Amino acid sequence: MNGTPTLEIRGLNKSFGPVHVLRDVDFTIHAGQVTALVGDNGAGKSTLVKCIGGIYPMDSGQCIFEGRPVTVNHPKDAARLGIEIVHQDLALCDNLNIVENMFLGRERRSGIVLDELTMERRAAETLASLSVRTVISVRQQVASLSGGQRQTVAIAKAVLWNNKVVILDEPTAALGVAQTAQVLELVRRLADNGLAVILISHNMNDVFAVSDHIAALYLGRMAAQVPATEVTHAQVVELITSGHSGPLGLQSQQKAGSPEGSDDLDLVTDPGKGAQR
Amino acid sequence: MKATLQTTRPRASATGQPETLRDYLRDYVARLRGGEMGALPAVIMLVFLCTFFGIARPPFLTALNFANLFTQGAAVTVIAMGLVFVLLLGEIDLSAGFASGVCASVLAVLLVNHQWPWYAAIGAAIVTGACIGLVLGVLVAKLGIPSFVVTLAAFLAFQGIALLLIDNGTNISITDKAILLIDSSGKVVPWIGWTLCTVVITAFTALQVMRRRSRVRRGLQAVPPSVITIRVLTLAGLLGASVYALNLDRSVNPLLASQRGIPFIVVIVGVLFVFWTFVLNRTAYGRHVYAVGGNREAARRAGINVDRIRISVFVICSTMAAVGGIIAASRDNSVDPNTGGSNVLLYAVGAAVIGGTSLFGGKGRIIDAVLGGAVVAVINNGMGLMMYSPGQKFIVTGSVLLLAATIDAISRRRASAAGLR
Ligand SMILES: Nc1ncnc2c1ncn2[C@@H]1O[C@H](COP(=O)(O)OP(=O)(O)O)[C@@H](O)[C@H]1O
Ligand SMILES: [Mg+2]
Repeated sequence: MNGTPTLEIRGLNKSFGPVHVLRDVDFTIHAGQVTALVGDNGAGKSTLVKCIGGIYPMDSGQCIFEGRPVTVNHPKDAARLGIEIVHQDLALCDNLNIVENMFLGRERRSGIVLDELTMERRAAETLASLSVRTVISVRQQVASLSGGQRQTVAIAKAVLWNNKVVILDEPTAALGVAQTAQVLELVRRLADNGLAVILISHNMNDVFAVSDHIAALYLGRMAAQVPATEVTHAQVVELITSGHSGPLGLQSQQKAGSPEGSDDLDLVTDPGKGAQR
Repeated sequence: MKATLQTTRPRASATGQPETLRDYLRDYVARLRGGEMGALPAVIMLVFLCTFFGIARPPFLTALNFANLFTQGAAVTVIAMGLVFVLLLGEIDLSAGFASGVCASVLAVLLVNHQWPWYAAIGAAIVTGACIGLVLGVLVAKLGIPSFVVTLAAFLAFQGIALLLIDNGTNISITDKAILLIDSSGKVVPWIGWTLCTVVITAFTALQVMRRRSRVRRGLQAVPPSVITIRVLTLAGLLGASVYALNLDRSVNPLLASQRGIPFIVVIVGVLFVFWTFVLNRTAYGRHVYAVGGNREAARRAGINVDRIRISVFVICSTMAAVGGIIAASRDNSVDPNTGGSNVLLYAVGAAVIGGTSLFGGKGRIIDAVLGGAVVAVINNGMGLMMYSPGQKFIVTGSVLLLAATIDAISRRRASAAGLR
């Protein structure tokens, strides 16, 4: 890992009433890298990214952005820092076109008149910078787009605002094979363009295809955050389902991930598990 | 993983060269097929109805009757313009008709019983409309009562308020010259009419050409010149013919008094049309109205103040209803408790929907109100000339509304089928 992390979360706790959803979660992401966030249904993935995005306030914990401690209590705080979430349900307006959706709520104007030309130009440039060739015209209505194209627009919208952190909540869950490949390619390109990307996914193939790091949540605890090259498919599945995999992950008395934890990785030599990647 | 799917055949790319007429037509046909009918159904209906009535009842096509169509249809058209905003959010305002009645009553009472000057009375009527809209909007947006219920209650209550304002059902006649100019006596001098016509066509042409130029300069897709030419010629033809017809003497007895010139109301409706079209298409506010109508949650996440938008459309609707009430008062030379009552609301909703505004929200334009208003006015006027009874007129208008709603529902189904989801 190189330099200061873009975002570092330390000791995050979050409860909804009596339900303690996140416990002492540590989470780190770096610019130029895709960090996959995995975990079973209800593990707290969406809650974690919503805390990062300021949609839910944290009960306790620290948030360090590019080395500075910050507080994110509102989506606007997150937007100011350059953190953008692409939600599971995409939040696009079907009756508006691609440009109108990308600039929604942040329209460019000259006087009181909308500056359509600048917006259209910027939208086209952004799509081009992501090498998007799947949409014919940025003036196409979103209603006429396929699932993959919609996902592309939602992601491009997140990129348009010079964001530093883009969070994608299950972007491929509803897509077919070809469209999944397109979106994953786009995710990779975001990181290659220097953004810190968080990818929530249930699909191990997707996770291993694009991510640099894998963070596994288990019942609201961070079981492990490891480089993708140092774990196997099966180990990640084990982390998701039981919270630990050999010495990796949560141990019985939940010791915090001390620096010595890194020699865990020597033990990734279980027979038959290395084949996945 | 470099393979990028090309889901649709590429044309001029996102930043590509200007379109040609053929591209443009192909797009248009594709949109029609996809259920985006735009103004087409209303225009077809209008042409059909005019042809039918023109053949069945030649007096339909006289200059006098042409001018009457405008005077008769204006109030409903103006109320429909306001309703477009409410319908865009997928809401409804059933009280718009009687709101216009209440505002007309305020106008009449202040003008006649309290001798207010005409401009103050008009101002008061419009402020009344805005306040009505504010109350309705707050009840809908802040308390979360369905607009159907809120405005149904208001529909009843306003009927009562109009009765109380106008002393239990008498009729206040309006004699104020200025008010009567609005939609009964006001006419534009013929040569000024032609000047206005020229100005409008020139401005339209200039706007189209300038927009095309700046798009081309920035390398954006632009409308081909041939399409601009067609648009300008169409507008010039329609406007020129209309001004010519309205400048003919339509007096029943030209020797006694000559009657020529564009009725003022045409200019008023034209100005309102341009203004609200500008607001909807060219301002961030208009964009946000469409966004809230299309996907309220997405609009909220984009930082749009959804409640404020929802309240504002009711304010616009009731304010336009007030304008409609003033127009009706001028047209009838009087106000009574039934002003804005009976079928006014249904005609206005019908006009918007016939013009192509969707009842499901998210889709609609101000021109819908104008085209739909024209269809309603033509049906009423034509069937009146053919001596059909009011009962028969209601049935036909009701059927046309149902037909329009059917087109709306079907085109929605087609649109979601065409979207590859
Ligand atoms: N707004 C909320 N109020 C109460 N409980 C919630 C809320 N959001 C999430 N939870 C609970 O928190 C847990 C984690 O949910 P979530 O973060 O959505 O999981 P994931 O995205 O990993 O499937 C679940 O048990 C869920 O029921
Ligand atoms: Mg989730």
